[in-house]
Amino acid sequence: MALKHVNAVVVGAGAGGGIVAAELATAGLSVVLLERGKWYTAFDCRKDDLRNQRTTVLGNAFGPDEERNPRVFVDEQGREHLLKPSDGGYNNNAACVGGGTASYGAMAWRYMEKDFRMRSTYGTVEGSTLEDWPISYTDLEPYYEKAEWEVGVSGDDSNNIFRSPRQRPLPMPPLSPNREYEILKPAAQRLGLHPFDIPMLRNSVPYNGRAACMRCRWCVGFACEVDAKNGTQNTVIPTALATGNCELRTECIAKEILTDSQGRVKGVAYFDSQSRPQEQTADAVVVSGSANESARLLLNSKSRLFPNGLGNRYDWVGRNLQGHAYTGAMGLFDFEIYDDLGPGASIAICDFNHGNRGLIGGGMLANEFIRLPYQFVGRRAPGVPKWGLAHKQFMRQWYRRSIAVMGPVQELPVFESRVQVDPKVKDFWGIPVARLSGHRHPNDQVVAEFLASKAEAWLKEAGAIKTWTSLPGTGLSGGQHQAGTCRMGDDPKTSVVDKYCRVHDVEDLFVVDGSVHVTNGGFNPALTIMAIAYYASDHMVKFWKGTHGAS
Amino acid sequence: MEPAYRLSRRKFLQAALATAAAAGTGVACTGDRSPWRFLTVDEARTLAAICDQIIPPDEHPGAAWAGAVNYVDRQLCGPLRHLRNAYRQGIAAVDQSSRMLYGATFAGLAETRQVALLSMMEQGWAPSVAWKKVSSEEFFALLVDQTMQSFYSDPRHGGNREGTSWKMLGTPYPPIRGRFHYDVSKP
Repeated sequence: MALKHVNAVVVGAGAGGGIVAAELATAGLSVVLLERGKWYTAFDCRKDDLRNQRTTVLGNAFGPDEERNPRVFVDEQGREHLLKPSDGGYNNNAACVGGGTASYGAMAWRYMEKDFRMRSTYGTVEGSTLEDWPISYTDLEPYYEKAEWEVGVSGDDSNNIFRSPRQRPLPMPPLSPNREYEILKPAAQRLGLHPFDIPMLRNSVPYNGRAACMRCRWCVGFACEVDAKNGTQNTVIPTALATGNCELRTECIAKEILTDSQGRVKGVAYFDSQSRPQEQTADAVVVSGSANESARLLLNSKSRLFPNGLGNRYDWVGRNLQGHAYTGAMGLFDFEIYDDLGPGASIAICDFNHGNRGLIGGGMLANEFIRLPYQFVGRRAPGVPKWGLAHKQFMRQWYRRSIAVMGPVQELPVFESRVQVDPKVKDFWGIPVARLSGHRHPNDQVVAEFLASKAEAWLKEAGAIKTWTSLPGTGLSGGQHQAGTCRMGDDPKTSVVDKYCRVHDVEDLFVVDGSVHVTNGGFNPALTIMAIAYYASDHMVKFWKGTHGAS
Repeated sequence: MEPAYRLSRRKFLQAALATAAAAGTGVACTGDRSPWRFLTVDEARTLAAICDQIIPPDEHPGAAWAGAVNYVDRQLCGPLRHLRNAYRQGIAAVDQSSRMLYGATFAGLAETRQVALLSMMEQGWAPSVAWKKVSSEEFFALLVDQTMQSFYSDPRHGGNREGTSWKMLGTPYPPIRGRFHYDVSKP
């Protein structure tokens, strides 16, 4: 029996897809929201230190299924590796209702105005496809605000003189300071920097009918036991379902987007939770699978009119895969710091996002989330052995007396960093898997070293008796901040979607997730993905020409 | 009375393995009379001695007492079953190298020789005839990583007996669920 036709199918119930589904459903459109993963609730929270988003030693806690979803990764020497989701090179985000937002650390950043016009600010860069976005910060500002109030953000950036202009303050105050904050804030001020409380998608007070954060040490990488961490799974997706216009189907993996002989979107072919093939027809399709999987889906949607996949007439789908190179420093202190007061990350500076003489871009710096004991094992000072009594002594002496200051480098997009579909390897359902290859731009390393030196200086001013830097590698970047593979642009020859997230030359097909980012800011991208989702949905509803409701 | 882990290392290892044997389920994958699910008695003995050099006992317990063997054995029958061959071949290679170099299995060596052999493995200098099927550097890196996991992770995984590493590091055990959960007075 054929499935009932709907107005829109949204593929992926993450940061972007959850919001689009809610906005369309609220506007009276009928929506099917497909999610290849499961729905984990606060009650499923297990705080497993060896099985979470940050530590996947014993497996992968938030999807996708370890055995059914391989990828191919091509390393810098050109060797192919067949990887599982818990392998590092896989560049996983998550596959569950809420996507990455169910387990993230939840930093909630507005990108800066310059982040949307990197080429105008810094010029063209050899070896990079650096470009401006076709929209400005001002275009997104009202939607950042909507995300902050609807999904829920706490914090206080009033001391950040570099902050982007806002109409309305944040809805919730910051969490009370932890010991690291009390040490780092005056130190930054003495250096002439402008430290402020990190905005977080986390309840600092009861909000939206859910409790405030209980300050535990298992935040980044875990579900929140008290449901104080705000993702799309506990905010907009329940809203979407409550309208009665949205149906969420979990454990349904999209195979390809169907188009008709005129190149208009028809719907999505997918495998349901029993692995039976299904076809959901719709007036419009919104792809929100995150940068790797959205590109994969478009590339796998081949037809006579689109022999290389949808939106890919000029070979820009899957290109410019970027994430964030993480850089920074560690400091050891001769007094106790550890106060077991989560989430740990509390204070940030944006003094080095832009305006760094001779450098392109930069990034935010902040203290890190609490490091669980096993996560501290690898953070040895230079010269400390990896094993034996000396390592044990290092752990014992310094676990409670260390601070890490880290930040995301705004990467220069590289055309050769890309997602393709593998010619041979298929997943459990027979769908060609993503094939990742590429490398970072060499300039990222220069910026990384600069930011790491600033982090080190901050720690020294705070009283660290020993510091060392922690620099990223030069390989392919993606991971949990993956972006760029279906970039926004006015020119169909050098972009995949237009300024409203519509795929060039395919009617009624949208990409709404981090794939559309032209550049990825020097910040965690989740709030920006949410803002773009609100922005794109607003225009989808405004421009909607068809009927409302299921036919 | 001295805490258990201040006994001589040899007595201490025996004590650790005896406790484990008493607690063992008696169900073994190998069909042998081993208290372990996957490892043989000999493999467990070698592994315990290796782990006790990776995280030695001092004023706090080492990895063997904390349950490194139990952790590895349990995970090799669970999410890490794909590492079974590596462990079987790797542990055999350790003992083969040990016999070739020093005329005794690893657990019977003096401590300085144990450390020396592990260092050789780490750097790729162990007798290559013993290490044809598995790389000594890779196996040693795996041993270090898994010993660290067994020692520093939640006791639910089979190691970190009585939360010993967390007590050593000075974090609360049992872990406090969240400082504001019980509405303690805020700073």
